[in-house]
Amino acid sequence: MIRHDYSRVDSKRRANLSHKKKQFAKAEFQEQTYEHRLNFYVLPPTAEITLEEFEQWAIDRLKVLSELEACTFRNKGPEETAEYMKSILEKYLPMRSGTSKGQHLHEERKKDHYSHFILRLAFSATEDLRRRFSRLETMLFQLRFKDDDHIERQKFVRSLNLEWEEVQEAEKRELKEKLLAAAGGGMRNREEQEWFKVDWERVPLLVEQRRVFLKRGKAYVPQREQMSLVVAEFTKTLDEALELTSRALPRLDEDDRLAPILAHLSQSFTAPDAAYSSSDANIDGLSTLTANSIDTLSQNFPLCMRNLHTTLRENSHLKHFGRLQYTLFLKGIGLSLDECIIFWRRSFKLMTDDKFTKEYRYNIRHSYGDVGGDSNRRGRGYTPYSCQKLLTEPLPGPGQTHGCPYRTFTPDNLISVLQRVGVNERDVLKTVREDVGKQRYHVACNRVFEWSHKREIKKVKDDGSWNATDLDTIVHPNTYFKRSWLLKHLGEGNAGIVNGGSGDTMEE
Amino acid sequence: MPHSLSPESTPAGESSREMSQAEDIKPEPETQDATMEDAPSPPAPAPTEKSRVNLEELFDDDDSDGEFASSAPVKSEEEASQPAPLKITSRSSFSDPEIMRAFYQRLFPFRYLFQWLNHSQTPANDFAHREFAFTLPNDAYLRYQSFPTADLLRKQCIQMLPSRFEIGPMYSTNPRDRKTLRKASAFRPLMKELVFDIDMTDYDDIRTCCTGASICHRCWVFITMAIKVVDIALREDFGFSHILWVYSGRRGAHAWVCDKRARLMDDQKRRAIAGYLELLKGGDQGGKKVNVRRPLHPHLERSLDILKEHFQTSILAEQDPWASSEKSSHLLNLLPDPTLRAALQKKWDSAPNRASASKWADIDTLAKSGALSKTSKELLEAKQDIVLEYTYPRLDAEVSKKLNHLLKSPFVIHPGTGRVCVPIDTRRVEEFDPLGVPTVTQLLQEIDEWKCEEGEKKVQDWEKTSLKPYVDYFRKFVAGLMEEEKPALKRERQEGADAMEF
Repeated sequence: MIRHDYSRVDSKRRANLSHKKKQFAKAEFQEQTYEHRLNFYVLPPTAEITLEEFEQWAIDRLKVLSELEACTFRNKGPEETAEYMKSILEKYLPMRSGTSKGQHLHEERKKDHYSHFILRLAFSATEDLRRRFSRLETMLFQLRFKDDDHIERQKFVRSLNLEWEEVQEAEKRELKEKLLAAAGGGMRNREEQEWFKVDWERVPLLVEQRRVFLKRGKAYVPQREQMSLVVAEFTKTLDEALELTSRALPRLDEDDRLAPILAHLSQSFTAPDAAYSSSDANIDGLSTLTANSIDTLSQNFPLCMRNLHTTLRENSHLKHFGRLQYTLFLKGIGLSLDECIIFWRRSFKLMTDDKFTKEYRYNIRHSYGDVGGDSNRRGRGYTPYSCQKLLTEPLPGPGQTHGCPYRTFTPDNLISVLQRVGVNERDVLKTVREDVGKQRYHVACNRVFEWSHKREIKKVKDDGSWNATDLDTIVHPNTYFKRSWLLKHLGEGNAGIVNGGSGDTMEE
Repeated sequence: MPHSLSPESTPAGESSREMSQAEDIKPEPETQDATMEDAPSPPAPAPTEKSRVNLEELFDDDDSDGEFASSAPVKSEEEASQPAPLKITSRSSFSDPEIMRAFYQRLFPFRYLFQWLNHSQTPANDFAHREFAFTLPNDAYLRYQSFPTADLLRKQCIQMLPSRFEIGPMYSTNPRDRKTLRKASAFRPLMKELVFDIDMTDYDDIRTCCTGASICHRCWVFITMAIKVVDIALREDFGFSHILWVYSGRRGAHAWVCDKRARLMDDQKRRAIAGYLELLKGGDQGGKKVNVRRPLHPHLERSLDILKEHFQTSILAEQDPWASSEKSSHLLNLLPDPTLRAALQKKWDSAPNRASASKWADIDTLAKSGALSKTSKELLEAKQDIVLEYTYPRLDAEVSKKLNHLLKSPFVIHPGTGRVCVPIDTRRVEEFDPLGVPTVTQLLQEIDEWKCEEGEKKVQDWEKTSLKPYVDYFRKFVAGLMEEEKPALKRERQEGADAMEF
């Protein structure tokens, strides 16, 4: 607890310092030197930075983290993620290796250090945020750890003082047979032939699977298992620190300059629908939506919404979560509250007015932020659900139809639904089946999109009217709709107006 | 309070609180370790403990000449008041209340048991918060008992005459107070010895000499092998040094790893050790039970070295596991090579009663003569797997995985055999004879037969009997444990004192 006070200069003490003497006052805290590229973020930053830097650095890091998150739910493998993140890291949070000396190095590391701690402040408030932050920071750390230079990494690990003892040459020679046997053989190159000793209690999983050599309570862990250990240690340290930060947080209220920035940062992170931007609702060329136009527009809907629409038409009813998902989507494409109520009223055609008003109307208004608590109204209701939200929520129960069909349907049912909506090329269906089998629901959905718009996509690519970001992977049902609608209405005077891919809508 | 027990089932003078404990009686304590080990083999499931005991006595009739333990009044000659010597004849049964009372009064080493669990001479929470679970003569199961001192434990034992009792973990608060706590989370297990349970029933598919509850010297070798392999792994690999092996009273053994490091382990770590030591996977229909990667992990390599000798003598010669054609087909299934399998089958069909040792040798002979289609390395590995399947310890791993699992205390009497659960000296594990372990009736007789020699100082009752070497061993074990805990205790105090100086 007390340690965290270092991060703040005591306002009272600072005021006591006379003006005139101020220029002679020494820095109260030591500047950090950042010897390693990697950082466990144990010591909080102490130097002064400007408010602009404070905000900008945090936003940059946030961007990196949200891209990382996007990678996980697109089900990218570690290599894919590393490849994808390379350019993003380069742009927002570059970190060069220690061999390139210079002022930049220090600046880069300082930015990394400060931005981490700023976000820590912003994201320690709730359990949910803490967990998410810690998960993403761990991913980022892991990513950097992996591509760190071998020697530098060793130096860093040594600097952590994790009470790991490196196995010396003599001992290694003596135990060589056993070490190799325990590691399961297959250690050819020299880099892998390194071991270190830890108390076995720290690697229970490796012990359980008999994957380490044990001697008198010490486990001899091969180098290649080191990463999982360092990363576990990183997560543990961070989780503990976040817990402490959250307890210290109330004291930060005194500072009226930082609080709004932090609140803002955490807000844009809280909404799991970070990829949704209100600009998605404003599609040029699309006349004001009415309840009547939904049927026509549903051709441009992604499968999840189209499925809800079909079910609604078939049953004249939708269960709660389906309604919620669909209402928010409709809100997202620009259907006004009044029109939305009309839409639902007409759709539930087997129901009396009285029942509708009593049981359903309120929920629709609530989704639009027309009623409900203060925060709900200020935030204009919930944001439309993103693919990530749909992919991570619990699977629908009997009678429920919400969620992502690529995930919730059995492959056979999915294929027949796709055929019903006009996807009939066998190769596409086959690869979709494979994608779904690998749980890459998102990829499957994008594949279907690309197939059903292949002519239009080719056109905009050829004439160069759309650039690569305009055709980035779709991660939000509303983006799907918008892009689909625009592509199908090319040449109606709106081709150049697409803006806002999924990536740069974070600050929204 | 619902008095569910019949009046005579609870000893008189029991407090109402103990009655409330009795409500926790499990209808079928099958999950408890001691019971599992008592359970006879599947073909003869005994519904109640009583009838099981009776069955036992049919086997071990050296103790009781067909006279069963009963609630009938004991013979008048045995009713002699304590502490006057109790007349024990070979006719008395070991589960007579008077025998049990005499055992708890005169023989059970409560003092050392206390020191063992308390880790120091002065009573502390290590002992006071420890759970004891009693199995009463009427088969009621009484959990969450705890005692501030050894004397109080002794008192309750004499009062209730449990047929046995088990030891659980030490809790964060006194187990007897658990229901008075405001938060349920305030009552949680803190530490317990790491325990292992090896039971002969797990070997039933490979032992040929006996089945179910009975054992002989030939099959006890399985337990000896298991103790050797597990003991060395715990010492060499995990660095534990205070390991107490205890004969379970009939056909198994328990291990108590008492090092502080072991006692404080959480479930995950216990699971890790159990997993490390566990090798055989799959049930009766699972086919090949040993599937390990090569090169062998050093622990398995070492185990294989230990077990190899036993395999030649105890398994091939004594157990003769593949004598029948049905059994030898299992051996064939374990071999990977179809050509070799066919050749062996042919050979064995022509000589139906070939001994296992010859069959084992046949594998190599035929392989050399060219009936091998795979590499000799593969055959060697398959043979190693077979050796391991027939010799490697079969642990009841669930017992080891949980911090709050109860295990029968050392030195209690096995209700089926009347034998005392004595410690096994691992330095002379080969010499341990389970059939030579004293029974309670035998011990009480020994007290009576003991002649006081002139000029000798007062002698404890257990010193007059053949229980003496076992208690001596236990005492030394406990002393070693206490010695190691002592400096740690001092250091903690020292640090506490330092922290006070600002």
